[in-house]
Amino acid sequence: MLVLDRLRIVQDDFTLTADFTVPTGARVAVIGPSGAGKSTLLAAVAGFVPLAAGRILWNGQDLAPLPPGARPLSILFQDQNLFPHLTVTRNIGLGLRPDLRLDRAQQARVAAALERVGLAGLGARLPAQLSGGQQGRVALARVLLRARPLLLLDEPFAALGPALKAEMLDLVAEIAAETGSTVLMVSHEPADARRFAPLSVLVAEGRAAPPAPTAALLDNPPPALAAYLGR
Amino acid sequence: MIGGRGGALIGLGVAGLILCLTLGTLAAVAWRAEAASGLGPADWAALRFTLLQAALSATVSAALAVPVARAFARRRFRGRGVLIALLGAPFILPVIVAVLGLLAVFGRSGLMNDALRALGLPEVSIYGLQGVLVAHVFLNLPLATRLVLQGWAAIPAERFRLAASLGLGPAEVGRFLERPMLRAVLPGAWVAVFVLCLTSFAVALTLGGGPAATTLELAIYQAFRFDFDLSRAALLAAVQFALCLAAAGLAAGVARPAGLGAGLDRPVDRRDAGSPWLRVQDGAVIAAASLFLLLPLAMVLLRGVPQLGALPGPVWEAAARSVAVALASTLLCVALALPLAIAAVDLRRGGRWLEAAGMLGLATSPLVLGTGLFVLLRPLVRPADLALPVTVLVNAVMALPFVLRALLPALRDLRAGYGRLAESLGLAGMARLRLLTLPRLRAPLGFGAGLAAALSMGDLGVIALFADQRTETLPLQLYRLMGAYRMDAAAGAAVLLLGLSLGLFRAFDRGGRGHAGP
Amino acid sequence: MRHFLIAAGLLSAGIAAAQDAPVLTVYTYDSFVSEWGPGPKVEAAFEAICTCDLRFVATGDGAELLSRLRLEGAATEADIVLGLDSNLTAAAAATGLFAPHALGMRDYDLPVVWDDPMFVPYDWGYFAFVHDKARLPDPPASFEALAASDVSIIIQDPRASTPGLGLLLWVKAAYPDRAAGIWEGLADNIVTVTPGWSESYGLFLQGEADMVLSYTTSPAYHLIAEGDDSKAAASFTEGHYLQIEVAGAIASTDVPDLADRFLAFMVSEEFQKVIPQTNWMYPAVTPPGGLPAGFDTLITPARALIYPPGEAARIRIEALTEWQTALSR
Repeated sequence: MLVLDRLRIVQDDFTLTADFTVPTGARVAVIGPSGAGKSTLLAAVAGFVPLAAGRILWNGQDLAPLPPGARPLSILFQDQNLFPHLTVTRNIGLGLRPDLRLDRAQQARVAAALERVGLAGLGARLPAQLSGGQQGRVALARVLLRARPLLLLDEPFAALGPALKAEMLDLVAEIAAETGSTVLMVSHEPADARRFAPLSVLVAEGRAAPPAPTAALLDNPPPALAAYLGR
Repeated sequence: MIGGRGGALIGLGVAGLILCLTLGTLAAVAWRAEAASGLGPADWAALRFTLLQAALSATVSAALAVPVARAFARRRFRGRGVLIALLGAPFILPVIVAVLGLLAVFGRSGLMNDALRALGLPEVSIYGLQGVLVAHVFLNLPLATRLVLQGWAAIPAERFRLAASLGLGPAEVGRFLERPMLRAVLPGAWVAVFVLCLTSFAVALTLGGGPAATTLELAIYQAFRFDFDLSRAALLAAVQFALCLAAAGLAAGVARPAGLGAGLDRPVDRRDAGSPWLRVQDGAVIAAASLFLLLPLAMVLLRGVPQLGALPGPVWEAAARSVAVALASTLLCVALALPLAIAAVDLRRGGRWLEAAGMLGLATSPLVLGTGLFVLLRPLVRPADLALPVTVLVNAVMALPFVLRALLPALRDLRAGYGRLAESLGLAGMARLRLLTLPRLRAPLGFGAGLAAALSMGDLGVIALFADQRTETLPLQLYRLMGAYRMDAAAGAAVLLLGLSLGLFRAFDRGGRGHAGP
Repeated sequence: MRHFLIAAGLLSAGIAAAQDAPVLTVYTYDSFVSEWGPGPKVEAAFEAICTCDLRFVATGDGAELLSRLRLEGAATEADIVLGLDSNLTAAAAATGLFAPHALGMRDYDLPVVWDDPMFVPYDWGYFAFVHDKARLPDPPASFEALAASDVSIIIQDPRASTPGLGLLLWVKAAYPDRAAGIWEGLADNIVTVTPGWSESYGLFLQGEADMVLSYTTSPAYHLIAEGDDSKAAASFTEGHYLQIEVAGAIASTDVPDLADRFLAFMVSEEFQKVIPQTNWMYPAVTPPGGLPAGFDTLITPARALIYPPGEAARIRIEALTEWQTALSR
């Protein structure tokens, strides 16, 4: 269970508050106008943005003292999710051990993860030699191996075409189900939110609202969301 | 944090060591002084001339570096890498060799005046402020060009691809990609040259044509040698430090991060620069720079190569010793520079100060450093016993600013591009160094190590006070040959020195450059 | 194992023998100890007779030598300081670090009388402008003629070089009241001023000027070592300034007898015969065999100019200001 307890983030003249709970195993879309603070909210949970007030708790544990890498979560950014000088195998291997000193069993797990995301045989390639969709799959394979209970997606597939994106989201859903992860996903596409996330958090006007059923929210949007959706 | 808490501590330790060696030795000299004294009118004149020539030299070098680096960044041709390495040679030449080479071209009986005479045109004198500028640009244009060229190489190929897809021409590429990069890179290059020229004295005096071309470093030398006025020497050295810090502060204020982001190491494809006119223009710039930088070197070679076979044994021994010292000080220099650079990028508040500490080596008068160390160490050990360790250490600290200059921008880009990813994966400490930092910094590290090695080769046993009979280096042997009338053998030794310096530089630089480098 | 023990025993015996021999530490300038300087031959010759270990410690040039000595003070390791010139002896004596020598009054082959109680001369020479006879068949014969001509010269900076200082004192000694005017006249003849002798001479050989400030003995090097008789020194009617290079013993030495023996050795034939073709100067005591062939072709100035030690130090400041003012225009 992820608890955002009277959270306040202040960056210059921008303020964002949040005070809600995300149940374990939920898949939540984070929606709202551009610049409202969706990415900032995720960055705060991941530990990249300091809190002005409040706490972030996972299963009752305060995350504040934990550096990003030690938090019980994986995050995929909008871009730069892979190190360009490391092969696909090594990029994935980082999910098991950041120092890449993998034993035989671990190497086998990397190979299995590669196969699981449909990239068997491409392990020796560098990221630049892959398509955008394949790069996303590599990142997801790493998520699979990290097996953290919380997954944050900051629009990592925004650059992909609709069909490819849908495919990736399905893959995320499968992986989340396999690992029992709770997922927070920033999204610009109502269709993606409906397809992927039963719940949605609306970030607008300096506040992240508690999760609400996605369909209801989109069918009957509050004014800020309505403007964004163009209705 | 790239290096974590431990990394920051090591960085602070390195900064402390450098402070001891620079400001500490200055304090030791001041402390040893017998009476306090102030600056005389001649010192103020030296200060004015020093500032004038250093500012002009830095401005001209930086301004010329832009077209040269741009031409190299836009063109791919056979031998490009070799040419770039060769053009770096003047920077690592011992001063006297560079001066003799320059004069063989621009001197009273040099190629240029021979040609002018043959054409019945009036001769041009190099001696004077123009000569100081020509020499300082000759010596420092290579460094400025390399620093700027690295800036070009750091613009991700994706940006050029985007520019090409938008049909942007050279003017737009200049405006949107190159100008922000130059704003980030050029101030640093300017300061590096400015500070180097600040501590020059043999070049300034020899080509300046007379005592009007007196620099602070010469005034320090005089204070030591003839007046034995340590307090004045320390005071002048402190002024020199202050100028360097002011220049570095100014540059830091002017520089803006380029914000061009990270890429995927795709090969650069410069569609914007394909027009025939631009090809001609770039070709002409490269040819002119090569002529200016290589002709004096060619004269040095022409004179020295025939003498190589007849070089006496001690010269070869000194050459071997110099190579060993250069390798050791390169290793030490990189070992100092890396934690310092990492800590400087990591620490938000103290970072600037750490960076400044690393640059202090540039601002240090070698004479003050040597004397201060001597004053500090002599009560503890026989100076001659420390000749080689001290040479290694001082060379490393003197080369540190260049290695830092090469590392810092790359390290900052690395953090901007992949810092969060690394942190989210818990990639820290040695693993981060091994898997991310070192591989991503290969090019600037190789370049920096090459510079450190070459600079150490060319160094003239700065620390005469520590020298002893068994530890003379190649540059010292070269001066000894000249001092014993053996100018021909000295010319041979100069060629040997040039070859070894370039060889070391090239070996390191190549080792660092995969496809990612310039 | 036994071999190792024997070897170790031999080694330590060797070290003990080396340690037993008294060490004489001689501070000198760099070019003295170089492969091509007098150092190696002098060391071999003295060690052959002294049952001691002669160690040279080299530091820059004569002026830097004195600076180092002042830096170290009474705690200096030096037993002998060799390589100060007569312009520096007053400052050296003022440090109080030197002891009187035990050689007594001797008859040196110097153009002037030498009776200093502390410093012993080992070689000397005249400063002069050297030129190429083919390129400049008729060199000027005085400073005034030089100033009036369009002959180009390269000189050394008196603040950074010993010959540079020598020229400063030369002009001042030749024209005590008109030195500033002479320098103003010379200003347009001076191509450039270098920090040291090596740079000047290198530039001259490369054709940057018609004449270079050096020594009357410089042509001897080209003649004897290279078989090249094209170089000559111009004889100036005002006379030539003299440089006398000296050595002295340090008062606090722990081997005073050995130091005295070295100074005596220094003016003996074994040392003196090495000087002409290594330091390219005149020996302070002409060896019985005379000077090497070729030295007879050198010019002999009609007048030797030199300031007494104390005066040189005093005049230097005034002359330096004149020089700087005249040439900074």
